Amino acid sequence: MTQINKSAAQLNAMIVSNKRVGQYHQIIFNVGDNADKCKPGNFVAINVGGDTSRMVLRRAFAISRVTKSQSFGGTIELIVAPHGQGSKWLCAQEEGAIIDVVTPLGTAFGIPTEPVQVLLVGGGYGSAPLFGLAEVLNARGCRVDMLLGASTANKIYAPMEGKRSVNSLRIYTEDGSMGQKGRVTDPIPALLNDLDIAVVYSCGPMAMLAAINEITMQSEVIHQCAVEESMACGIGICMTCVLPVANSQGEISMLRSCIDGPVMDGALVQWDKVGHVL
Amino acid sequence: MSELDFSTTLGNAWFPSPIFTASGCASSGRELAQFFPLSDIGGVVTKSVMSKARSGRPTPRMAETPSGMLNSIGLQGPGIDAFIEKDIPYLISQKARIVVSIAGETVEEYSTLARKLRSVAGISAVEVNISCPNVENRGLVFACDPEASRRVIDGVRRTLGGELPIIAKLSPDVTDLVSIATGVVDAGADALALINTVLGMVINLDTMRPHLGGKTGGLSGPAIKPIAVRAVYQVHAALPKTPILGMGGISSGRDALEMIAAGASGVSIGTASFGNPTALITIQNELKELLQVKGFTSFRDAVGFAHRDEEGD
Repeated sequence: MTQINKSAAQLNAMIVSNKRVGQYHQIIFNVGDNADKCKPGNFVAINVGGDTSRMVLRRAFAISRVTKSQSFGGTIELIVAPHGQGSKWLCAQEEGAIIDVVTPLGTAFGIPTEPVQVLLVGGGYGSAPLFGLAEVLNARGCRVDMLLGASTANKIYAPMEGKRSVNSLRIYTEDGSMGQKGRVTDPIPALLNDLDIAVVYSCGPMAMLAAINEITMQSEVIHQCAVEESMACGIGICMTCVLPVANSQGEISMLRSCIDGPVMDGALVQWDKVGHVL
Repeated sequence: MSELDFSTTLGNAWFPSPIFTASGCASSGRELAQFFPLSDIGGVVTKSVMSKARSGRPTPRMAETPSGMLNSIGLQGPGIDAFIEKDIPYLISQKARIVVSIAGETVEEYSTLARKLRSVAGISAVEVNISCPNVENRGLVFACDPEASRRVIDGVRRTLGGELPIIAKLSPDVTDLVSIATGVVDAGADALALINTVLGMVINLDTMRPHLGGKTGGLSGPAIKPIAVRAVYQVHAALPKTPILGMGGISSGRDALEMIAAGASGVSIGTASFGNPTALITIQNELKELLQVKGFTSFRDAVGFAHRDEEGD
């Protein structure tokens, strides 16, 4: 067995920037050399609430972008939706605040060895890590097309600078308030048919990932998806974030989305059994 | 400050430190080994293992609660054979001291597990978890029934022989904990692990149904610490010669010392590791310093200190 989370470290990281971007906060942490080890798909686990907090568990956030070796050290960027108590606390932290983070955690997106054509599909702020992924894929010479979807316009996360790494970007909202009206999954069958796409990368709500997988299962395309299950620890010891996943022999077991994921092979995830006893 | 003897014993097992992982909160050690050497703490209490591989309860398995959390894992694990083949050698390679926790659905299953462990080298003690709350049938929580508790421990004792210490893990969800503790000690337990999680529930107000897939879950974290301290105090008062591995919401050296003063010869850290992967080391360092500040030269002098005679003040 390979070493688990072999690049992970617990750091006191300074917030160097915290900006509101639409419905979300873009928070940048200085993590020094640790940034060199952070890859698209990895996540961080953050201690929230301070020493006297009644919140005892860390919060997991996907790393959206990594900047290496600036003058003040490497940084990681998180896109945070202030939904719960923990994320609201984090979004309220000011620049200069020192935060206890464990990073990088989990299994990253696999990058093709050849410059193949890929499709990136994001739902809501699940699009955030896809922009960092797009940069890496772009550098590999891949043609990168991106689809983003959300219920409504202000839930779309699509930063200007992120668009530089993608060849095309299409936006779908269910209420038609931005881009085309409809679901982000609507155009995928035609795209897989018309283009020579080798890999679909996805990040967003589980229902969206399952819907994408139904489409990719009709083709030869590989589907790498970043799954989402509630986690208590983020480091593999609590066994709460499990999903039913098959191995190459077809045996199904409950794998931890924190260690065996968050990026998983969509074809192996047993989508119809999520939330059920095996 | 003077030298501190930080070592402890549970039955005939000696440990250089009284700080342990809690079963179910450290898997089999690999995950925490990225953050500190497993040999630095007293010992690793592994996740309770059953005879066969088990996939556990449905998700959601977790809900954060004020100063705590509910879990509903349902003893997911690889089964005893894979555990002995893969996890024990790993822990030995890390020079960790190993306490193997076992769980069964029947009295016979516990004996079967004990038989498999009898010939395994490198184990310091066996924790017999008779109190996991996350089983389908509450009637199967042996630790809620004095007679069933005794039969399990008796079976393990007979199978294991006299060598390995047996630590019986008990539930606080009983009317008379002392009588259950006395029963398992009479049946052959060398030590007690107090407490397992406390049965609880969270209702999800979006769905207006129980939030956890298994509906009920075990409450852990600082919220249950006073229950644990009380349990350890009561049992130590009744059974002062029986070592207790105390646990339940310990997240600082001060918490650990409370448990020790109540009567614990060792403490396990569980939920605190979820919030902080280096919690065991932090708590161990804080406890060492606190004992020295309070003037103790031996950890063992602090065990049960809250029970001393009034004129001793």
